[in-house]
Amino acid sequence: MYQHNRFTTNNFNFFSKLANFDYVLMACILLLGVISLATMYSTDGGKILFHTKSHFTKLIVFTIMMLIFSFINIKFWYSIGYFFYIIIIGLLIWTYLFGIKSSGSQRWIDLYFINLQPSELMKICIILCLAKYFHRMKLENVNSLYAILSSLIIILLPMGLVIVQPDLGTSLLISISGLAVLWFAGINHKYFIYTMIGFLISLPFIISFLKPYQKLRVLTFLNPDRDPLGAGYQIIQSKIAVGSGGIFGKGFLKGTQSYLEFLPEKHTDFIFTLFSEEFGFIGSVFLLLIYAIIIYRIVAIGAQSRSYFAKLFCYSFAASIFVYITINMSMVLGLLPIVGSPLPIMSYGGSSMLATMIGFGIVMSAKVHNQQSIA
Amino acid sequence: MINSSSDNVKKLNSINRRMFITGSVKFFIMIGLISRLFFLQVKENKKYLTLSDKNRIREWKLAPVRGEFHDYFGNVIAGNFEAYQLHIIPEQVEDFRYVIYRIKDLLELSDKEFKRIIKKKNEIKSWETLIVSDNLSWKKFSKINNHLYDLNGVKPVISISRNYPFGSNFTHVIGYVSQANEQDIENNEVIKKNFVPGLKIGKVGLEKSFEKQLIGSNDIERYEVNAYGRRISQLEFQKGEKGKSLRLTVDTKVQQLSNELLKDQAGSICVMDIYTGEVIAMHSSPSFDPNLFVFGISQDDWQIIRNDPMKPLVNKTLQGNYSPGSTIKPIVALSALENGIINTNFTVNCRGHKHPLELYGQTYHCWKKEGHGFVNLRNAMKQSCDNYFYEIARKLGVDRLSETAKKFGLGKEVFGNLFNIEKKGLIPNTQWKKNALGQSWVLGETVITGIGQGYIQTTPIQLCLMTAQIANGGYKIYPKIVIDDENKVSPIDKFTPLYKNSKNIKIVQDAMFASTNEVRGTSYKSRIDDPKYQFAGKTGTAQVKKITERDRELDLKTFQIPYEERDHALYIAYGPYKNPRYAVSILVEHGGNGSTTAAPMAKKLFKTIIDRHQLRESINNKKYLDI
Repeated sequence: MYQHNRFTTNNFNFFSKLANFDYVLMACILLLGVISLATMYSTDGGKILFHTKSHFTKLIVFTIMMLIFSFINIKFWYSIGYFFYIIIIGLLIWTYLFGIKSSGSQRWIDLYFINLQPSELMKICIILCLAKYFHRMKLENVNSLYAILSSLIIILLPMGLVIVQPDLGTSLLISISGLAVLWFAGINHKYFIYTMIGFLISLPFIISFLKPYQKLRVLTFLNPDRDPLGAGYQIIQSKIAVGSGGIFGKGFLKGTQSYLEFLPEKHTDFIFTLFSEEFGFIGSVFLLLIYAIIIYRIVAIGAQSRSYFAKLFCYSFAASIFVYITINMSMVLGLLPIVGSPLPIMSYGGSSMLATMIGFGIVMSAKVHNQQSIA
Repeated sequence: MINSSSDNVKKLNSINRRMFITGSVKFFIMIGLISRLFFLQVKENKKYLTLSDKNRIREWKLAPVRGEFHDYFGNVIAGNFEAYQLHIIPEQVEDFRYVIYRIKDLLELSDKEFKRIIKKKNEIKSWETLIVSDNLSWKKFSKINNHLYDLNGVKPVISISRNYPFGSNFTHVIGYVSQANEQDIENNEVIKKNFVPGLKIGKVGLEKSFEKQLIGSNDIERYEVNAYGRRISQLEFQKGEKGKSLRLTVDTKVQQLSNELLKDQAGSICVMDIYTGEVIAMHSSPSFDPNLFVFGISQDDWQIIRNDPMKPLVNKTLQGNYSPGSTIKPIVALSALENGIINTNFTVNCRGHKHPLELYGQTYHCWKKEGHGFVNLRNAMKQSCDNYFYEIARKLGVDRLSETAKKFGLGKEVFGNLFNIEKKGLIPNTQWKKNALGQSWVLGETVITGIGQGYIQTTPIQLCLMTAQIANGGYKIYPKIVIDDENKVSPIDKFTPLYKNSKNIKIVQDAMFASTNEVRGTSYKSRIDDPKYQFAGKTGTAQVKKITERDRELDLKTFQIPYEERDHALYIAYGPYKNPRYAVSILVEHGGNGSTTAAPMAKKLFKTIIDRHQLRESINNKKYLDI
């Protein structure tokens, strides 16, 4: 009882919240921010130009936002789970109807002061929503047909809305985030195995339904040299950049591949290539280490959390972040076909960073309020 | 509450178990990513570093500096000069239209040239160099320089280009250079290797034959470029090597004199050292200015050269197959002596046009209407009596004659494969006729071969070599024109005797002396009495057209005959007679008569050649002193 009292009273104490703050995670996020800024500075050719400025602003704004979020009780995040999901679904429909068309896809909505990509927000939102859904459910009900069907609908609805944009990469990432929650919620592992087998068997059929440019990407992945100046250009140049970096890299601002504009999309999906070229194997492993610490801290926060919701969210979010990183790196290292997937925090792109920062904010909130139980 | 908490415990167990599985999977994937990074960045680093350099580094080759040609005394006869050029890099020009019109005014460009420049500009990338003018006069170049303040992005450039200071004098020896075309690049490995746009290569003559040595190697600039090929920065400048300079055996003064002598006439003059085989002068007239070709010849100039009836493009010395006429007589006489057909006392009665030699219904006339009377070898050679040579040729037979002629260098290329244009000439024999024409040799053909008519054809350089080898006492020499030609192996049979009995050579030499230096000799008028310059020679008048009875009756003077039907005038000589050193062969196309047209040229030539002999020797001696 005494303990209970102590925690309830501490709930509103700002300084004890601050003491409960996860400084390791915070430090890693800030370090990542600094690295990403430096890299962005390099993509701008060693000058402070548009991308650097814009990235810096976003970093500041979203970090502050994250800090604010971390002081909001985890209960609040639990309570808005469904609401947030519905809002984003609404935004996705809005995107489908009135979105901004650019280079053959319709992914953005115009919010007057900012162009938002709701599909990115869906990546975090779906975790929140499903975590809430399974928080209340008893373990024996988790594998019921009703639970599985309704959670699948929760996943498939945004997936469908993102696929029609069309944005296969993001929709896959959304589904992976959702499936991560399902996995941690305790859905029978047989289902995952069956789904995997079913997916592999139907892969040829899925490929036949892909759009021509997507097919080309798959073919290019299987053999990048089939069209080295066309479809294979990105992956070949990316591998050259990474490979030529060597152990210690070419040095900051000295990456010839990026500086001389051989690298495509170096601000966004291929930012790791530039980083890796300039800082080499050592730098790349260091970056991976920071990501590993971040993921480890998120998992640790989940483990310390008292509420099942917080645990489920943290674990799933960590898994998602891990998958984003893995897919992005595998893509630029030539291990996977090219699917549009940004590297969290590092890549240029407001929506992606916003989603990641919201995730970090909720995780931090779970840490600060780790003794908070949710009924 | 207990129920729910037990459920909570189960849920926590489940989630923690799965977190453990997930954590392990993450760990292994992380290891996988790191090993992939290790593979790319450490293990395959070299491969990708090379690829990255290939991406970013591009080489620009600059035209190599061509080796020069020097004459025997070290004077530059084909050198390099600084060509003033005007380059524009379009992207560096703010207002291209304004600048280009300004240049048009300053350089007084014609509309045609202007259009060509505009067309070229549209073909290249905006950061590539546009060559507005490749050879400006100093006046225009300085004019541009004065207006540079007004012409942003315009670059006056000084570039190295070929120059022939003696103009048309050496054209048929060294040839000329011009822009390499696709065929040149394909056929020549060295050109391919050193090729840059605008590279000038030898098209004919020694410029072509010695391309390998002359061309040199490119300057190489290495630039860092971006993905679009734009130069970002210069990484390296590798200086190329200048091509090897070649020293020729030619004496510019003698060459110039040859040019003067043959001015306005078509023909050839060769001068050769009879011991070393060094070619002192080799000229084919008319010539043309090789400087015209360096930057591409204009259509008008080209038409003038091409349509000249005297055919300046033909190198008459090497390419011209002519009937040797009477200049073959020393060889006919020598052959007859060598084969024991005649001795110095053998005489023939030449009875003039009324009593020509008759064989199977064909008649063979001596050139002299009145006839020469009884002539022996010395007199026959001196007066060039045709009847005498008909007779000894008939006795000798064409096969034995051709053997001697070939021994003395007729019927094959004098310079081997040095000049690819050189013709072989033709020394006929019975076998040849059977093979080439499928007919048997006729005696009448032997007879006319004896006076250098019929099938027999020689080039002026062959006649010169023949004369040289008679003059040096009958020893084989190998003519050369390039000193220290590294490709050439010195032949083993140099200076091997070509005679059976050296007395026979002496007899022929003496007869040639008589021809020039004794009264009634055919070139007596051109003699020099001073023993220092005294020379011995043989005239020749080669018929272009068969002389008909009508012609014989008319007996027209040379100027009365149409140009194309006039005889070729020839003269071969060597001197000084007492201590011979130089051989000369002269041919004047349609020049009429050897003794009136060709022989007087020899007189002037010998004066100069022998005057310069001392100087030539001193150069040779100096070579040893310098060591």
